[in-house]
Amino acid sequence: MNDYRGIFADGLWHNNVVLAQMLALCPLMAVTTTATNGLGMGLATTGVLLAANVVIAGLRRWITQEVRIPVFVLLIAALVTLADMAINAWLHELYKVLGLFIPLIVVNCAVLGRAESFASRQPVRAAAVDGLAMGLGYTLALIVIGGCRELLGSATLFAGASLLLGQRFAFLETTLIHDYQGFLLMLLPPGGFLVLGFLLAGKRVLEQRRRRVERTASAPGPMSSPAN
Amino acid sequence: MIERLLKPETRQTLGYHPLLLGGVALLVSLTIGVADRLTRADIAQRQLEDLQATLQQVVPASYYDNALVRDTVTVGNGDRSVRVYRARRGGQVRAVCYQVTAPGYGNTAMVLIIGVDRDGVLLGARVISHAETPGLGDKIELRKSDWILGFNGRSLGDPPPAGWAVKKDGGIFDQFTGATITPRAVVKAVRGGLDFFAAHRAVLLDEPSTLSPADGAVGMRGVGP
Repeated sequence: MNDYRGIFADGLWHNNVVLAQMLALCPLMAVTTTATNGLGMGLATTGVLLAANVVIAGLRRWITQEVRIPVFVLLIAALVTLADMAINAWLHELYKVLGLFIPLIVVNCAVLGRAESFASRQPVRAAAVDGLAMGLGYTLALIVIGGCRELLGSATLFAGASLLLGQRFAFLETTLIHDYQGFLLMLLPPGGFLVLGFLLAGKRVLEQRRRRVERTASAPGPMSSPAN
Repeated sequence: MIERLLKPETRQTLGYHPLLLGGVALLVSLTIGVADRLTRADIAQRQLEDLQATLQQVVPASYYDNALVRDTVTVGNGDRSVRVYRARRGGQVRAVCYQVTAPGYGNTAMVLIIGVDRDGVLLGARVISHAETPGLGDKIELRKSDWILGFNGRSLGDPPPAGWAVKKDGGIFDQFTGATITPRAVVKAVRGGLDFFAAHRAVLLDEPSTLSPADGAVGMRGVGP
């Protein structure tokens, strides 16, 4: 149980795909012009990550070191193709929003990265949890970056959410400033790099502060007894 | 069999790797093949519905009582062919719609669909795909701006040829602040679409006395067993 908590903490924060591993930045820059796009891409990636991790962990005893990479690539590409066809056929409204991004998941090196560093060495259940955690961490990063760019670039938040999630989620769509002239730079790729840079810096600052707190806590004054 | 394959010694043999890779490739291809069979009909249906929805935006429902997406004719235009959808009411072609393209900003293809009535008057135009700069050139989309509606009711004579340009070039169509190339491309594409209609009017409207045989065919199908 504790182990799964550790996996989730890794995926969401300590070893976050974007904020710590700095992987999958190419789809990130392309997609995160709005928070909604980020959410959609994040969910699709999570699905593929989960499935890829499960399949690869299931097959790990048959896969040898020498040919593992081609096997992983084959499996991941197949899963993405399946997801693409299924969403196109049965969740067509979603496909119209996400359609362009789904094939991008194939080149998401985070999926291959998790297959290589986790799923190929762990039992199926742990691999599934890891896929889910990493996917959610990626989704979170995408939403935050998309949200920042959208706020600064067009002064809206979750625009088009009802297209992605259905009418019930229309309440998410907010416009902060009407007649906002727009801040184009944030919507163009440089905006993505800027926001990502600030986020990375922010994460470092938070971690440093925590480490300092931990250090002062673990180095108690001469008067307090270590037994406590 | 599986036990033997799982033994470390087996996995070290030369034949194991191609077998594994081949096996996975076979499995993957099979799965995708099956999935393709399962989804193909649904995907085709969805695409048809999408097309229908797009066509309905540029040809008002009052113009037709036929299945717009199925009544097509392909006409050569320069080096490429254009598929034209015909809107008929009572057998007579009342309007046609088809795709037009133009190079947009940075020479990326911009695709529009336009609807034109019998007299060559534009019923509507919509950009269906483009790669223009978000926030700048994307005002050509209806959900961003109603600029594209400014083409409704225009024809080759209205405005006169010199007016078929953005205001900066002495025409009558607005450009956007900071983006001239994109609206210029749209104007050119729509204009090209109307030229295409003028050049192929008879074919597009199914004019040369084919009206009665077509009606006959419908009648016969109705009478047949």
